[in-house]
Amino acid sequence: MSLTKEEVEHIALLARLNLSEEEKERYRGQLSSILEHVAQLQELDTANVKPMSSVLAEALALRADIPGESLTQEKLTANAPDAADNQFKVPPVLDNEG
Amino acid sequence: MADLTELTLLQAAQGLRSKDFSSREITQAYLERIERLDGKVKAYLTVTAELALSQAKAADDRLAKGGTDLPPLLGVPLAVKDVLAVDGVRTTCGSKILENFVPPYTGTAVQRLLDAGMVVLGKTNTDEFAMGSSTENSAYFTTANPWDLSRVPGGSSGGSAASVAGRLAPAALGTDTGGSVRQPAAFCGVTGLKPTYGRVSRYGLIAYGSSLDSVGVLGRSAADAAALYTIMAGVDPLDSTSMDIPVPEIKFTGEDEIKGLKVGVPAEYFIEGIQPAVEEKVRAAIAQFEELGAEIIEVSLPHTKYALPVYYLIAPAEASANLARFDGVRYGLRVESEDMIDMFMETRGAGFGEEVKRRIMLGTYALSAGYYDAYYGQAQKVRTLIQQDFLKVFEQVDVIAAPVAPTTAFKPGEHRDDPLAMYLEDVFTLPANLAGVPGLAFPTGFDGDGLPVGMQLMGKHFGEETLLKAVHVYQQATEWGKDLPEV
Repeated sequence: MSLTKEEVEHIALLARLNLSEEEKERYRGQLSSILEHVAQLQELDTANVKPMSSVLAEALALRADIPGESLTQEKLTANAPDAADNQFKVPPVLDNEG
Repeated sequence: MADLTELTLLQAAQGLRSKDFSSREITQAYLERIERLDGKVKAYLTVTAELALSQAKAADDRLAKGGTDLPPLLGVPLAVKDVLAVDGVRTTCGSKILENFVPPYTGTAVQRLLDAGMVVLGKTNTDEFAMGSSTENSAYFTTANPWDLSRVPGGSSGGSAASVAGRLAPAALGTDTGGSVRQPAAFCGVTGLKPTYGRVSRYGLIAYGSSLDSVGVLGRSAADAAALYTIMAGVDPLDSTSMDIPVPEIKFTGEDEIKGLKVGVPAEYFIEGIQPAVEEKVRAAIAQFEELGAEIIEVSLPHTKYALPVYYLIAPAEASANLARFDGVRYGLRVESEDMIDMFMETRGAGFGEEVKRRIMLGTYALSAGYYDAYYGQAQKVRTLIQQDFLKVFEQVDVIAAPVAPTTAFKPGEHRDDPLAMYLEDVFTLPANLAGVPGLAFPTGFDGDGLPVGMQLMGKHFGEETLLKAVHVYQQATEWGKDLPEV
């Protein structure tokens, strides 16, 4: 199992990670060998095995739908790199031609 | 006055209660020792001296008022791994992306200990987002092992383990997603409990692998670990995965607790590649359990060798989803750009370290279109087989005894450029997380270089009490873990 540079770039874009050329090459090699190692899972016949997504068989509890106290907007925006009027500021999402 | 940092957690609690010293005095003793020695050990990312002294003062006021319902650990200090949120205290996860993050709330596990009057000395070093086995993946520095400062303390809760072994805290909180409490406990010669999945609330734990993460404790003995665990455990409306199952009060009565205990020893955990000294000490400890009255039974967990590939698909897949939140919008680092997508990519590229990016890439690949069934789907199915192995063996035995890690503490850089070799450090701890069962690591002696060797008992779901009692009896009968190193 060997990844191509294009595949690495595609995954990095999906993961929203800017990688240097050197990182792309390093991850290409390392991810290829990790994927080779995990390929041994294919040797098991799991046709009749259910996938496990939760450790405990019991249904997860839902709390009663009662409004509680929330953190204030001031507190929630206090860590933001850019905020104004209790709102998060981001670069334009839609371009002007859109 | 004798050196208060030599007291165990429970001795400290007792001394406070009988007014031999104040919370301020013991807190001060730890802060002074941290000031003097943490430059060498580097266990702490942040020392919260001011907060600690104000909490100590509040505890002293409560102690002075007296009463019959004072909480048992009132006024005792502890350290907290820097992946757990504490209101108003910088919480970095060992990452540059959260270098200046100050959470506006406190996680439930920590809050319960604070409500019980405990004192937070500071936040301990960790591999970035708890991804690692040595603290080398911390964006800040690598913690040293107090037994040999040229070696790693294990990880990811390496700062917590080193703080306990170095007497820079009487006990510490850690988290365990694939062995991150137990392996550093073994490397540092202390006791570390990873509770059952769902036993301790994760509210306020910055998530890594949500189907695997658990909040645990590191201390000088099983009795100390039990005291913290019983305060932290129990259902929490703020964590829907926390289970509403009563937490028993753990009363240590004596040697009888080990009589007739059925201890399973799985052949799959004594494999080629395990250091001879580790196998020897673990086997000796198992023999000691037998001498103390336990019944030793050979068992088999046939899918053990698949735990590593299963874990390194499931954990990165969950991490890739959990860490999507670090996008430069609501908290943490932002690298400015005119374009939104560029801003995300630049921020994450600059803010995350090498191992975190590697796992995000791996997880994203495992979840991507065309590969989901072959990788993530198959891993989830094999995880079922691994859990079934445990459930089957637990029909036959009460606990499973095994090594914690194949080696004792290694030197920084030994696994550089070979992530797979580093992942193999976790080969004996991952199965408990995949199956969701509790594990308790404790010291059983030293290798030829004087480095601690640890072993673990794994138990049934919600069977922490059995583990803690068995190890308590062992620790009463042996000397291991009683002496801590001179730093």
